Amino acid sequence: MGKKILLEHINVPGIETYDVYRKQGGYTAVEKALKTMSPDGVVEEVKKAGIRGRGGAGFPMGMKWSFLAKPEGVPRYLVCNADESEPGTFKDHYLMKNIPHLLVEGMIISSYALGANKSFIYVRGELMYVIRILEKAIAEAKAAGFLGKNILGSGYDLELVVHPGGGAYICGEETALLESLEGKRGNPRNKPPFPAVKGLYQCPTVVNNVESIATASWIVNNGGDAYAAIGIGRSSGTKLISASGHIKKPGVYEIELGVPVEEFIYSDEWCGGIRDGHHLKALVAGGSSVPILPANLITKLANGEPRLMTYESLSDGGFQTGTMLGSGGFIVFDETACVVRNTWNFSRFYHHESCGQCSPCREGTGWMEKVLHRIEYGHGSMHDIDLLVDVSKKIEGNTICPLGDAAAWPVASAIRHFRDEFEWHITNPSEATKPGAVFKGDMALV
Amino acid sequence: MEDIKPQLFKVTIDGIEVEVEPGTTILQAARKIGGNVAPPAMCYYQPLKGSGGKCRACLVRVAAGSAKDPRPMPKLVASCITPVQDGMIVENSTNEQVLTTRKAIVEFLLINHPLDCPVCDQAGECDLQNFAFNHGMATTRYEEDRRTFEKQDIGPYIQLHMTRCILCYRCVYTADQITQKRVHGVLGRGDASEISTYIEKAIDNDFSGNVIDVCPVGALTDKTYRFKNRVWFTKPVDAHRDCPTCSGKTTVWYRGDEVIRVTARKNEWNEVTEFICNTCRFEKKKTSDWVIEGPTKISRSSVISANKYRADTIKPDFQKKLAAATYTQVDDERDTSQLGIQQLPPERFAPVLPHANDPEP
Repeated sequence: MGKKILLEHINVPGIETYDVYRKQGGYTAVEKALKTMSPDGVVEEVKKAGIRGRGGAGFPMGMKWSFLAKPEGVPRYLVCNADESEPGTFKDHYLMKNIPHLLVEGMIISSYALGANKSFIYVRGELMYVIRILEKAIAEAKAAGFLGKNILGSGYDLELVVHPGGGAYICGEETALLESLEGKRGNPRNKPPFPAVKGLYQCPTVVNNVESIATASWIVNNGGDAYAAIGIGRSSGTKLISASGHIKKPGVYEIELGVPVEEFIYSDEWCGGIRDGHHLKALVAGGSSVPILPANLITKLANGEPRLMTYESLSDGGFQTGTMLGSGGFIVFDETACVVRNTWNFSRFYHHESCGQCSPCREGTGWMEKVLHRIEYGHGSMHDIDLLVDVSKKIEGNTICPLGDAAAWPVASAIRHFRDEFEWHITNPSEATKPGAVFKGDMALV
Repeated sequence: MEDIKPQLFKVTIDGIEVEVEPGTTILQAARKIGGNVAPPAMCYYQPLKGSGGKCRACLVRVAAGSAKDPRPMPKLVASCITPVQDGMIVENSTNEQVLTTRKAIVEFLLINHPLDCPVCDQAGECDLQNFAFNHGMATTRYEEDRRTFEKQDIGPYIQLHMTRCILCYRCVYTADQITQKRVHGVLGRGDASEISTYIEKAIDNDFSGNVIDVCPVGALTDKTYRFKNRVWFTKPVDAHRDCPTCSGKTTVWYRGDEVIRVTARKNEWNEVTEFICNTCRFEKKKTSDWVIEGPTKISRSSVISANKYRADTIKPDFQKKLAAATYTQVDDERDTSQLGIQQLPPERFAPVLPHANDPEP
C-alpha cells in the first residue's frame, strides 16, 4: 500500500463535517503553525518538502512562495485555483467535495505563511454544490475559532472567500483567474509582471492549486523532510491521479510518485487493468493538453527502462518519446478508441475555450479543429496532416498564455505517433466514417 | 538640485546599436532606429495605455537578455511590451524564426478576414494590408468557411463591420481612456468574440469618432465618408480650427475642391498624435471651416505617394526570398465535389461583402 497523505481519512463517515475532521487530527497543523512556527518557518518547511505545484506546470511551491514580493504597507493575497476544468482531471473536485476542511486548513496555514489576511478560493462555476460545501466548512472553521480575527490568540487575522467562476477553462490560467476575480473579462495578462509582484488588485499574490494547498497541513505536522522522503528525487510526495478511460476501476487515486506506470494501470490497487478482452493502445498521462503516448512508450521509456509516475520519467525523451505528468488526468485508451476522433474532440475543446485575445490561439485553434473535423469525416487530404503539424508549430510558444501550447501539443503528438491512423482516415474515407470504425493497422498494442 | 540624467541602456537591434532610457520597450527602441528595424504592430498603440501583446505581430528574438545575464530568452517575445535591458541583443528582421512566425501571424489574422479590400474604405491606409503585403504570402491554405457577422448599427457616425475585425482591442482602450464612458467592449470568446455594444446601443459621446482612427482595419468606418472615395484619390492637408472641445488640429482630405473627410493627424507609425472631437470630424466639411496649414507629410506606410504596391519598386530582399522558399504548393488531387464549401451557392457569400451600391444603413 502506498502512503496516503490527502486521502488518508477519505473513508471515515462524516469526514466532511468539522467534528469528525477534528477528531481525525484535523486543524492540529493550524495550531502548530500559529502557536509554534513563524511564517518564514512554514515557508522553509514547504521548501524542504520540495513539493511541486500540482496544477499542471509543476513549479516548486516553496520557490513560488519565496518569490512573493513583500513591500511595506501593501496587502498580499493567496488565491487557491480550484477552477479545475482540464478534460480528464477531476481530483480537486473530489477532494473539495469529500474533505473540504483539508483545503480550508491548508488555506489557513498557507495564508499565515505568506502573510495574507484575505484569501480566495476561486471555484469553477459549474461546481455550485461544492461551493456550498466549502462555505459550510468555512463557517464551521470560523465558529471553531480557526478563521476570523486573532486566530488562536496569535494576533493573526484571516478571512476566506469562496468565489464562483463563470466556468471558463481559461480562468484556470493564473492571471486570467486574477482578472476574473477582479470582476473583469477573464483574459490572461501579459507577463512580466508576474503575480508574485503584481497580482490581484496589483498586489503581490500567490496562486496555488487545491491539491498543493491541501498538502500544506501534512507538511506542517510531519515536517518538510518527511515529505521529501516520499517519492523519488525531485518528484517528492504523493499525487492525486484522476484515472479514466478504458480501465476496470476509474477513479481518483493517491499514489506515491515513483510508482511504475505499468503497475498503476494493471495493479488491482489502482486502475485494475484494461477492460476485459481489450488491449492498451494509447495514454494521455496528465490531462488533455499533454502529448499522447502510443502503447510501446507507455510502460517503457525509449531506452527500455520502465516508465515511472514522476515528473522526470514521464517527460523523459522530451516530446519525441515522452509526455508530462501535468495535472494528473490519466486517460487510458484501448484499441476501440479512434485517435483521430479523440484529437478532434480535444481540439474542439480548445477552440471553444480559447479566450480570443491573441491571434495565433484565437485563429489557430479553430483552424486545427476544422481540419481535424474534415479528416475525421472523410474529406481530408494528405496535405492536411502536414498542415496540422505546421499550424500547431506556429501556435506553440507564440501565445500570451499556455493555452496555445495546450492546444498544439495533443495535435502534434497524435500525428507524431499515430500518423498511419490519420492516413488511413484520408485514404479510406468510406470505411473510416462508418460509426465505430477504428483503424486496425499494425499498431503496437500492449 | 541638479538634474540627474538616468543612465541610458545600450540595445542592439538587428546589429544597430541604440541608446534608450530605462523602461523603454524593444519596439520603441527599434522605432528610434526606424525603417525596417521597427517590428510591425497591429494591436500596440503608443498613445493608449495597456495596449499591446495581443496580435503577436511584433514578436522578436532576444539573443542576449542583458549584459549581466547574456542568456537568450527561450521564446520569442512581444517587443511592444517587453522592456529593454542594458546590453540586450535583439533580432528582428535578421532572424529566420521571427520572419517565419510573422508570416504565420499574417496567415492567422487573414484566415477569418474577408479580404474585401477592393470595396473596403480602409484600403490604402490599412495596417493589416500593409502587414500582409510586407510579411504575408500570396495564397491561402485555409479552405473552410470564414467567420462572418452582420453589420451593426452603433450610432449615426460610426459603422461597425465585425467581419473585418482582428480584435486588437484598440477601440476598447480608446473608449476607456479618451471618452467619458465606454459602451462597447468584447463579447464572446475565442474566434466567436466580437466587438459590440450591448444590444446595439449607439456609441454617443464627443470623442467617439476616434475609434475610427485607431482601428487598424476597416472594421470601424466613418459613415460620413463611407463608400465616397478611395484614399489614394484624395489629397490630405493639415488644417486647424478654433475648437472649444479639442485641439482642432486635423488632417482634412480633399477630392477636388470638396472636403470629403476629416481625421486626426497621424505620425509615421500611423498613430494619432492628438485625438479630435466629433464636431471637427463629422460636421466641419467646408473649406471655410478650416485654416489650411499645408500638405500633409505622408507617412511611411501610406500608399498615396510611396507607390508602395508598384511592382517595379519592390526590391527582392531577404524577406521576400524567405516568403518564396518556405511554403511550397502541394499538389492536391482530391475530389473536391465532396467538400461542403464547394457546394454552397454563391449567394451564400453575398451578404458578407459590402457593395458600393449598398444603401447607407
